[in-house]
Amino acid sequence: MTETTVRGAAILGAGTPAPEFTLRSTPDETLSLHTLRGRPVILVFYPADWSPVCGDELALFNELVSDFREYGAELVGISVDGVWCHAAFARSRNLHFPLLADFEPKGAVSRLYGAYRDEEGTSARALFLVDGEGIIRWSYLSPVGVNPGADGILNALESLVGGSAASQPARAGREMPAGGVEVRP
Amino acid sequence: MSGGQLTPPLADGDHILGSDDAPLTLVEYGDYECPYCGMAYPIVKEVQQHLGDRLRFAFRNFPLTESHPHAEHAAEAAEEAAVQGRFWEMHDTLFEHQRALDDTQLVRYAAELGLDASEMERALDEGRRAPRVRRDFRSGVRSGVNGTPTFFINGRRYDGDWTDPSAFLRALRATAEHA
Repeated sequence: MTETTVRGAAILGAGTPAPEFTLRSTPDETLSLHTLRGRPVILVFYPADWSPVCGDELALFNELVSDFREYGAELVGISVDGVWCHAAFARSRNLHFPLLADFEPKGAVSRLYGAYRDEEGTSARALFLVDGEGIIRWSYLSPVGVNPGADGILNALESLVGGSAASQPARAGREMPAGGVEVRP
Repeated sequence: MSGGQLTPPLADGDHILGSDDAPLTLVEYGDYECPYCGMAYPIVKEVQQHLGDRLRFAFRNFPLTESHPHAEHAAEAAEEAAVQGRFWEMHDTLFEHQRALDDTQLVRYAAELGLDASEMERALDEGRRAPRVRRDFRSGVRSGVNGTPTFFINGRRYDGDWTDPSAFLRALRATAEHA
């Protein structure tokens, strides 16, 4: 098991089985991680709906939903906001992927992944790539104010799945935003 | 770990103003409907004016189409204008009319710039320039673009302040000294 610590927060690292969870995705639907088994799953933990950086981060990931699908991957956002808040936010931003409410007990799933910030009472800004067998293959904890971008997750997805059908341009370096922590095997 | 690296580097297909010999290269990934890119537009002009021959500037498309409904077609219009030889004129027109970017207006700008407006209309209808825009977008993602505008100075992502032209100039000049 790998763990990386940044200012007290420790996120689960590559090689760790992704903790199972069931969370509400809408007022009357839930999503369980195991139902996505067989496909790569990208978990995007973020502090809050409506805050400017998250908006940018989710807007960027939203533009890439079709690219992620070309790798067969599912994208899921998770924060401590409630389902109604998520619904309004997703509608306002035209989001094409589910937002899960880690709302009751608050932050329980975020804590399981080490992606919870006690002082703020929110999820951390963290990315996880879970493979089809439910094992975390890559994770990244970003400074809370920094949009991590999507190059890290795309590179990780590409190494997991191999080249996609998408005509990808030359690979970027694996460098990540300053201050972030990438966890690889 | 530090900031992203422009991938791929500038090449012939890019829209570039200025000489290949310039010691400084500024690349912007932008969205014609993004208000922050609109803010950056005159600042980039100011920086270009100050640095003259020492700077070359390139623009790549990064439309956030789900947030900005007209951004994709605006980008495609600029690319169609490029095919017709007038990229920068269209680029400037779009940033100067950020709130008037529907298809009818894009076609009108083409006519006003002396371009073939019916070609413009067909190019937008058929999404002829969409693959080019997507290629720019993907290169941005791979380069670590995380929002718009994102600037690269001599190939490295610039995470500093661009909203203050003098701070932006200082950062550019500092890079030139170390080039």
